[in-house]
Order: sequence, then structure tokens, then C-alpha cells
Amino acid sequence: MTRDEALFEFLLRMGDNTLILGHRVSEWCGHSPVLEEDIALANTALDMIGQTQLWLGLAGEVEGKGRTADNLAFLRDAWDFRNVLMVELPNGDFGQTLMRQFLYDAWSFVMTDWLKGSADARIAAIAEKAHKEVTYHLERSGDTVIGLGDGTEESHSRMQAALDYLYPYCGEMFEKDKADELLAEAGIAPDPTELRAEYDDIVGRVLAEATLAIPGGGYVHKGGRNGRMHTEHLGHLLTSMQWLQRAYPGAAW
Amino acid sequence: MDKPTVDQVWEWLDAVPDPEIPVISLVDLGIIRGVEWQGETLVVSVTPTYSGCPATSIINLDIETALRGHGIEKLELKRQISPPWTTDWLTEKGRAKLEDYGIAPPQPAGGPSRCPQCKSTNLERISQFGSTPCKATWRCRDCLEPFDYFKCI
Repeated sequence: MTRDEALFEFLLRMGDNTLILGHRVSEWCGHSPVLEEDIALANTALDMIGQTQLWLGLAGEVEGKGRTADNLAFLRDAWDFRNVLMVELPNGDFGQTLMRQFLYDAWSFVMTDWLKGSADARIAAIAEKAHKEVTYHLERSGDTVIGLGDGTEESHSRMQAALDYLYPYCGEMFEKDKADELLAEAGIAPDPTELRAEYDDIVGRVLAEATLAIPGGGYVHKGGRNGRMHTEHLGHLLTSMQWLQRAYPGAAW
Repeated sequence: MDKPTVDQVWEWLDAVPDPEIPVISLVDLGIIRGVEWQGETLVVSVTPTYSGCPATSIINLDIETALRGHGIEKLELKRQISPPWTTDWLTEKGRAKLEDYGIAPPQPAGGPSRCPQCKSTNLERISQFGSTPCKATWRCRDCLEPFDYFKCI
């Protein structure tokens, strides 16, 4: 594996996470419990789609085959996606959506914070932009997790159930393979395992305040970020997200 | 025609309204990061407020339309994302116009300093987000008017 191949892989992982989660969150548009939450979720989704354009745009540039961010988003099939499994899961209820957002935002916050100092100036520039947006998302998702976790009996039990369901998916964000090792040696991207301590610190603090208990057991659901095996949910999401480009190839505004 | 000066171009750009908040100009918003001549080509660098801001392509179109209207033939628009846009780049003139328009300007403290309608400081936040990516929604507890607050980033 060359360094550019590793870089392409890494950029797909970054861009596919924001693309798939951005799409999932946008599914709430027009369905949220109250108008303010609807607007908040739509804005969060929009920021993530914006970050996707930057990450996948650079991925296409690094690959050097003339593929644009749009080509990568709309014309790849499920097995070529490199997002972690957690972001492709269906939304569940509002609490589960916000719990996932928080568990993802905390990782994204730590990751983009590291990447601001990347040896690759293009990555550092994207990370600097994204980090500002992610900081705002994390503040909101963290506050909401606390509000609902330390809320009514009903909201507390739903948030605990969401955490029990989602927590085993968190470990995948800290998996390491050959591509990560190559980029870590070059100072371009972090060794993912080294982000874990800061992540655990943020997540631990918020969940404690939310009166929620982190489930025990070390099982980790994985297979998305290395493309080995996605859940069946990704294919269903793509049929909806890619429909227009598949039905009318090359259609543009 | 003679090449217009860079100062002249800045003046023209200061007359191009932001498409979402038309009371302020693109220059007031702080998203024009550079204007320079490279040979016969005028290069204008623009930075997005938020990475997914849907107004970005309209803004580029508006810049191009305005400058072509002033006779600029060779024009290049560059997207510059670093350093990232910050509300510190809003001009003083822009801040005053925002408040007159009913949008509370950004404050380092993270919330509006006063109601843009009645100037009361008795305020509450309704949502961290608003009608565009750059705004949040607040309400005045005295005059009861809801209003937009320009988020500080």
C-alpha cells in the first residue's frame, strides 16, 4: 500500500462518516418532535454534508482518476463505503438519534482537533474548518443527552436503552490497520487508538451528568471502516440517497 | 479599458448584498479574503461561513455578475477555507446593520447582548440553531419578540 492509497482510504473514511450520518440525520427533516429541534437537526446534517464535500473532494483529488465528491457519494456501491457501522444504523427514536450524534460528535471533536496539526496542509485546513462546527454540535448533542438522560423516568430509560444499543459500535472508531499506521508514521493522521483516552474522558463526563451507565462487556461491532461487512441498513440508505443519479445518470441542477 | 484598482473592486464588492441577509454586504460579512490582479486576471478569494452553507454557490454567482457588470472580463474565484471564517471578521458597519435589521450581532460571550427590538437584556435561548447555518433563535422576555442571533464562531 502506497501512502497515497492509504490517504485515499483515510479520506473516504472521514467523508463517508459525515455523508452517511448527514443523510441519516436529514431523514428527520419535517418529523422532529418540535420545530426548533427540526431546524437544529437539519442544520447539523447540512454541516456534515458540507464537510463531506471537502473530505470526498480531496479524496477524489488524491485518487487522481477524475472522480469528484459527487461521483464518490452517488456512484459507489455499499462495499466501497468506509463509514463506521454506527452512522448507518436507522435513527430509532429522537433520543437514540441524539445519543448516536453525541457518541459520534465526541470522536469527531477529538479527531478534527488532532488533524488541525496534520503534516498535510490540505487536511489541516479542512479539519480547522470542521472543528469549529463539530465543537458546536458536541455542545448541543451533549446538552441534549444530559437533558434527556437526567430527565423523566421515560426519557431516562429510553436514553439508557439507546446507550446500551449504541455503545458496542463505538469501538470501531478506534480500530487501526495498515493505512492508519502509514499515515501515523508520516504525521498525517493520528493512530486512532491514541484518541481513545480523551474520548472516554468526554463521554464519561457527559454520561455521568446524564445519570446514564456505560454498559460493560468489550464486544465491538465492526466491519464498516475497512469495508469488510456493512449492515444491511447501508444498502437501503443508498437506494434512497443515490436514486436520482442512478435513474437519471449525470442529472444536474 | 484600464484595469480598475483593487480598492475599486473592494468598493464594488461592498455593494453586493449577502443573499440570505441582504442588509449586509459580502465585504461586511468578512467572507471576501482577497482581491488581487494576477497579470490580466482578477483573482477574488472567498471563504464559506459554514462548510455546507447552501448560499455559497449563489454568492459566487452574485460576485461574478457584479464584477462582469463593471467590465471585468478575466475573473477567477478561489475558494479559501484556511484560516476558517470567524464572526470576528464581520465589520462594525455590518454589525450595526444587522441589529437595525433585527438580528442580534455575535458576541464573544456566546449569546446576544440585548434584544434588537427593545434593547432589553432579559433574554432566553429558544434553539442553538436558526433559519440559516449562521444563526440561532432567541427570545426577549420583556417585549416577547423572538429574534435571530448571529452565532459566534
